[in-house]
Amino acid sequence: MNTEERALPIVIVGHVDHGKSTLIGRLLYDTQSLPPDRYAEIQKTSEMLGKRLEFAFVMDCLEEERSRGITIDTTQTFFKTPKRRYVIIDAPGHKEFLKNMITGSSQAEAALLIIDAFEGIRDQTRRHAYILSMLGFKQVCVLLNKIDLVHYSKEKFSDLKNQVYHFLKQLNIHPTFILPISAIQGDNIAHPSIKISWFDGPTVLQALDTFEELKIEEKPLRFPIQDIYMMDGKKILVGRIEAGHIKKGESVYLLPGKKKVEVKKIEKFLENDVTIANFEESIGIYLKGRHRVKRGQILTTDLFPTISDKIKANIFWMDPMGYHAGEALLFRCVTQEVPCRIKKINRKFDPASMELTEEDASSINGAEVADVLIQLDEKVVVDPFNEIPEMGRFVLEKEGRPVAGGIIPLAG
Amino acid sequence: MDHLSRLENKSIYIIREAYYQFKDIAMLWSVGKDSTTLLWLCRKAFFGHIPFPIIHIDTSYKFPEMYQFRDERAKEWNLNLLIGRNEEKLKEGMGPGRGSKLDCCNELKTNALKGIIKKYRLKAILLGIRRDEHGIRAKERYFSPRDSQFKWDYENQPAELWDQYQSTIEEEEHFRIHPILHFTEFDVWSYVQREELPIVPLYFSKNGKRFRSIGCVPCCSPIDSKAQTIDEIVEEIRVSKTSERSGRAQDKENVYTMQKLRALGYM
Repeated sequence: MNTEERALPIVIVGHVDHGKSTLIGRLLYDTQSLPPDRYAEIQKTSEMLGKRLEFAFVMDCLEEERSRGITIDTTQTFFKTPKRRYVIIDAPGHKEFLKNMITGSSQAEAALLIIDAFEGIRDQTRRHAYILSMLGFKQVCVLLNKIDLVHYSKEKFSDLKNQVYHFLKQLNIHPTFILPISAIQGDNIAHPSIKISWFDGPTVLQALDTFEELKIEEKPLRFPIQDIYMMDGKKILVGRIEAGHIKKGESVYLLPGKKKVEVKKIEKFLENDVTIANFEESIGIYLKGRHRVKRGQILTTDLFPTISDKIKANIFWMDPMGYHAGEALLFRCVTQEVPCRIKKINRKFDPASMELTEEDASSINGAEVADVLIQLDEKVVVDPFNEIPEMGRFVLEKEGRPVAGGIIPLAG
Repeated sequence: MDHLSRLENKSIYIIREAYYQFKDIAMLWSVGKDSTTLLWLCRKAFFGHIPFPIIHIDTSYKFPEMYQFRDERAKEWNLNLLIGRNEEKLKEGMGPGRGSKLDCCNELKTNALKGIIKKYRLKAILLGIRRDEHGIRAKERYFSPRDSQFKWDYENQPAELWDQYQSTIEEEEHFRIHPILHFTEFDVWSYVQREELPIVPLYFSKNGKRFRSIGCVPCCSPIDSKAQTIDEIVEEIRVSKTSERSGRAQDKENVYTMQKLRALGYM
């Protein structure tokens, strides 16, 4: 029956040409996850373009990607080890495709950071590592790729390993492993390699299997109202439980107004007498009595969330166009959508250099990060990202396009 | 929460989000297993009363079993069913064997869809595509904008994070919305099994062959299989080594045919 576990989503990030797509192709090939007809197609296209078998084509299947030899957009594939299933998310390494890298990373629970052993740490290595840190990644494994290009040298590996370790420490990332690999040659991917017999750590596959599923902790209820439908003349509030659980008959707050309301009934299609609904469930709710309800209001069991029209946040700017003081934005956090402006840019810098800091800036460039104060047209309900991630992260839109993402730090 | 419930709840969230953002919306139903799964999820999202039309793009070359299944479910589930056909090209005799597969798919599917989108001024369409079907589909967003020419700007897709989907478009554009993008073929069959969904009988083995993917009669070939029940199909897919669309002719013509079809607005 359906005992199949869920697939653990893993993102692969790193500088352009450091070998992300090639690694994925190799992983699929070495684990026999590649159907023979797809393998044949890749072989044929590689020949057509006058290349040796190009593992990157497994992921890079746009014509432009193959002829230019780059990854343009994030993509996903599935594979399994004897231990469990994985969703592997490839993220492009070019700065201009940063939004695609962030799109991919936002769906992952663990990351592989790949670094060319010959080139070392580069701009997008730093930028991607910084984004992982902001997005709260706790599980990161570093792969020092192209170890064949440094002649499988133990000394070169140890030097770079130290650099990487200290660099990541500044970002509060503590890698589970730092591994020497060659994606092209297949060294230490699915099988240990005698060419690096000096290395006694795990292969990439073994390292993947040490990642843990994110644990779901019991948290206080957060139920953002997504929409309101009329069913047989009665209002049903639909939405997804973003934290905690909700019970039939329970008394809850309707935020931001703090009104007390009672859950009369929980509705799920073809299910009768639902007494409780849990985290991640998309449900319907009938309230007792008549209330003014609308999308964006939040049902909670406590009054601990921040309810304010001013929010301090750390943002990363994804859009190449950047931001200039005074521009109108839309703040979107769960189902809340409120017009806003950035009132103050306290500090901004470019994570590729990790140095340049500007206080009290008037603009933010593409791919920069900043600490800001956001002024909203109405009060919103948020929690610190570390406590309830779903309620502590948001997207900013400009003229209908998502341009930045942000997280809400602990107050203080 | 178990794996399938997690997939299901995410899909329901996306369907409701799509309906909140766009009232001029419809669902595309090919009558295959994926879009029948999507249809079932829409029924769940709206507690059995789907508030928008369900479109079947009819090339006129579908299997008779598919037409029968369509009409039975439409009645049973009280669907507002719309049929989209490119009558003009059908009269001219367009069909498999005339011109390239790319032309045939483009005229009888994509242009039929264009016609119905225009006629009903639709701003969004729900589609049952999945990332694991094809490398091109693996790059899709949940909310994917298309311009007035139906073109997919796959080199410049909007960022999509934390279930915040872009929903603003220009007058002439529309969105393709993909609520089961995160399902695999195996997930779909496991879900069909768990929910006991009805499915077109072509998927079951007859005389040692069954269809793994269904569409137009001339362009689908059956695979060797003994699977006669959903349970047997689930088991077969679990151990399968070939890709799902290996029986689909339009994917084989040229390695980039799928990319070209999708760029032109194909589903």
